Amino acid sequence: MKASLPRTLVDFMAQALAMEREAVARYTEFADTMEVHNNQEVAALFRTMAHYESKHVEQILAQMGWASDPPPPEDGFGWPDLEGPETVPIDEVHYLMQPWHALQLALAAEQRAEAFFGRLAQMATSEPVRLAALEMQDEEREHVELVRAWLKKVPEPDKDWANDPDPPHYTD
Amino acid sequence: MNDVSAPLAVLTAANYKSGTKPVWCPGCGDFTVLGAITKALASLQLPPHEVAVVSGIGCSSRIPAYTTCYGFHGVHGRALAAGTGLKVARPDLTVLVTGGDGDGYSIGGNHFMHACRRNVDLTYIVMDNHVYGMTKGQASPTTEPDWDNKLSPGGTGIRSFHPLVIALAAGASFVARAFSGDPNSTAEIIAKGIRHPGFAFIEILSPCVTFRPEQRDWKNHVHAAAVDTTDDAARAARRIMTDDGFNIGVLYAGQRKAYAAPRSPAIRTVGELAAEFEL
Repeated sequence: MKASLPRTLVDFMAQALAMEREAVARYTEFADTMEVHNNQEVAALFRTMAHYESKHVEQILAQMGWASDPPPPEDGFGWPDLEGPETVPIDEVHYLMQPWHALQLALAAEQRAEAFFGRLAQMATSEPVRLAALEMQDEEREHVELVRAWLKKVPEPDKDWANDPDPPHYTD
Repeated sequence: MNDVSAPLAVLTAANYKSGTKPVWCPGCGDFTVLGAITKALASLQLPPHEVAVVSGIGCSSRIPAYTTCYGFHGVHGRALAAGTGLKVARPDLTVLVTGGDGDGYSIGGNHFMHACRRNVDLTYIVMDNHVYGMTKGQASPTTEPDWDNKLSPGGTGIRSFHPLVIALAAGASFVARAFSGDPNSTAEIIAKGIRHPGFAFIEILSPCVTFRPEQRDWKNHVHAAAVDTTDDAARAARRIMTDDGFNIGVLYAGQRKAYAAPRSPAIRTVGELAAEFEL
């Protein structure tokens, strides 16, 4: 799927809003899942990520004076990949994952978002869209640095982190 | 008196998700299928109380509990029988039947064929991961014959079931394939299936990251169907038989009229009903 090019500031902000919404939903889903599997530390981390992304949602709504989300374009937002750039793919989590893994996923998501807005800024055909994309790119760059700083405070997992003494697999 | 209508509340995907948290393994494709179902229902603005989600047994069959729609978590393999009965009795409801490949193609295989043949207006969503996940990883009807594991050393050696072609041959009037890793296009396909008048069969490739971790690679293989939807069953069958199994989209949408139950006679008295059963 090719990234669609928003022509107006409203289109651009609607796309940014949808991207943040998707990220909130996915982080919340991950937090719920990790709670169910009693991985409380990672659940709390995903919950925090969802909280940060929801702040961006509120920020965009306030900035645009929107009471609710604008309807999506009929042909979708045209993300460069299968989902929005800031959405962590569903299959990249593991029930034994540790905060370091979760932060790696968040880092990759922020980097994708930064690159996405950078591309939009380069391709923009309207000055307001270009400026808004540059602003978003700067914000995402800040987030990348924040996650990197966070990662430094978290221990790297052992090589056998995924070893489960009571695995789900049939083992005779 | 002026007609002052309150604005209708817009339903979002969140309105269709219940407070019950899924117990699926982290990473399971069924999470995004649930998300796609809720997005599809929101796109159609169907009130949750006008939708029924019916399932059988298995990991994916837990879905009814995770929605705010009416739900029926039924007997293994019998989801289509229950769903068909419900739709015939209550044609005003939107009926979604959900389940996995084992439930739908093995235990419920015969119901699957006859549901296609009857062409009742419902949507059948199968989350296919080519394995029995809930019972710890046995080969299912869609498992590759050479899938080697401890329960079937060297593989079963048995040819895989081809659900899309079977559905076409049996008379399904809508046949589609989707991928759980692409929830937005999956939601569009589900919405099309719901709108289609007749039996809509949607096979969703939904990786089992616990027992088939290699299925994570599916995202590198799926691709949008390069041709438009056809209403020619023979053409669709040729395409499906020769594709690579990762062709995503609505592959067939036929014109066959959906089954309509004969109108019930007016409600009768208990005495009249009892008279019918008198020996």
